[in-house]
Amino acid sequence: MPIDRQEVLHMARLARVGLSEEDVARFQEQLSQILDYFQVLQELDTSEVPPTSHVLPLQNVMREDEPGAPMPSEDVLANAPQREGDFFKVRAVLEE
Amino acid sequence: MPSDLFRLTVHEASRLLARREVSSRELTRAVLDRIGAVDGRLNAFITVTAELALEQAQEADARLDRGEGITPLTGVPAAIKDVICTRGVRTTCGSRMLEGFVPPYDATVIERLKAAGLVMVGKTNMDEFAMGSSGENSYFGPTRNPWDEERVPGGSSSGSAAAVAADACLYALGSDTGGSIRQPAALCGIVGLKPTYGRVSRYGLVAFASSLDQIGPMTKDVTDAALVLQAIAGHDPRDSTSAPVEVPDYTAALVPDLRGLRLGVPMEYMGEGVEEGVRQAVEGAIATLQDLGAEVDWEVSLPSTRYALACYYIIAPSEASANLARYDGVKYGYSYTEGASMWENMERTRQFGFGAEVKRRIMLGTYALSAGYYDAYYLKAQKVRTLIRREFEAAFQRCHALVTPVSPTPAFRLGEKVADPLQMYLSDVFTIPVNIAGLPSISVPCGFSQGLPVGLQVIGRPFDEPTVLRVAYAYEQASEWHRRRPSL
Repeated sequence: MPIDRQEVLHMARLARVGLSEEDVARFQEQLSQILDYFQVLQELDTSEVPPTSHVLPLQNVMREDEPGAPMPSEDVLANAPQREGDFFKVRAVLEE
Repeated sequence: MPSDLFRLTVHEASRLLARREVSSRELTRAVLDRIGAVDGRLNAFITVTAELALEQAQEADARLDRGEGITPLTGVPAAIKDVICTRGVRTTCGSRMLEGFVPPYDATVIERLKAAGLVMVGKTNMDEFAMGSSGENSYFGPTRNPWDEERVPGGSSSGSAAAVAADACLYALGSDTGGSIRQPAALCGIVGLKPTYGRVSRYGLVAFASSLDQIGPMTKDVTDAALVLQAIAGHDPRDSTSAPVEVPDYTAALVPDLRGLRLGVPMEYMGEGVEEGVRQAVEGAIATLQDLGAEVDWEVSLPSTRYALACYYIIAPSEASANLARYDGVKYGYSYTEGASMWENMERTRQFGFGAEVKRRIMLGTYALSAGYYDAYYLKAQKVRTLIRREFEAAFQRCHALVTPVSPTPAFRLGEKVADPLQMYLSDVFTIPVNIAGLPSISVPCGFSQGLPVGLQVIGRPFDEPTVLRVAYAYEQASEWHRRRPSL
């Protein structure tokens, strides 16, 4: 099942991954091959089979909500690419 | 005192340390010298932490002198895969994205090892974000196989496997999502154990595919694997998928006798695609297991095995595309700041911060989860996952454990599969089903093909690491493969 250039660009946009022209061409070919390989799953009748998202029989793991010491803000901000005071600095999200 | 201290196993070193015949500082210096001597060629380490290691060794010596709180790992030099967070020591995941990232906290496994007396000599090279089967996807360059420097060590725990095989540490931690501990262990001729999903806390393990990832030991022999697992296993309230299941004494499982055990050989794992030398080595190992008293069942079938690879390459990239959404250049990591807008900065950050395989998987996962394709890909794969689990459950009705090859071939050449992702994915065809079902599994050396190591895989029931260890230990004691070392 070949995917077209527009689909590659659409996925890249959804995933917010910038691609070079070279990447687009290469991914179009490779992803088509891989998606084609996935078709093997259509051989299986799974109409009566429930999905497994997780192998452990754990559900709704709860704990007491106890206050504790938070990580110091200096530690939290230590890896910030850009900071201003005690804040992460980002470009304006809403454009005019 | 042995002249080559770096060649010791954990259990051998532990005995010498406890008797104070060797100090942790001497041992650590010997290992650091060994790293200096071999790592220029192997590139197994991204970061060597010599100063920290010697400080930790000094603390361990003080503890050993006092004779208080000593464990089998106290003062024993270890290497940690660079996907596991270490407070104050950069943790790169083999990626440009995290080249300068210094975690503000320790992973639970690191806390536990520190409590046991950790001496960390460094952080090991790996395929970027643990995505790869050869070690070639690292931003920091490929790791080379100590048995043949023109060949890959396997992946994604490439550096951990090469470091253990080259005696550049006494043990290492790896992580395994589709074979990333066992496949490189097999290709480098060491022992690698992937525990049951939920056995070891994932807190502080940088997430790749959260329903599949598991941390485990990579060691020179099976006894060491049991000792390291003992130190890191157990429930952790900080990982909600960590299992509240009691941890047994793993060393009690190390008995060289397999009487009363029924071992299955799934026919789908011995068919087409298995290289002749690998097949011979594995068949030889199975004959030895029989000699040790095990009953071997050749009629076991896991017919959905042929669908496991497709199932995995939908589920793992889907989970990865969600997990890796956090790398936006804002809170930590590589950040592109020259763009015209916030969105452009984010897209460029991810374009330049991630390598090709990571982008490929993010794209695949995004596709499989996107509107219109979710049912045909992601949901379908989750249903196939149920079928694969059920077949393993049925096999474990008749057998205590399963034995298979780890990898269909020995180590391949650097560059051989780089251009063909699908061929690369096929090297994990026998390890992937085990992660899909969440089972414990070990790789133990079982011979050579073309002069390169071959691994035997032992797969067990959920939380039955003791049986997995017992089979591997009995085999190891009856063979000499684990004593072979590459000439470096």
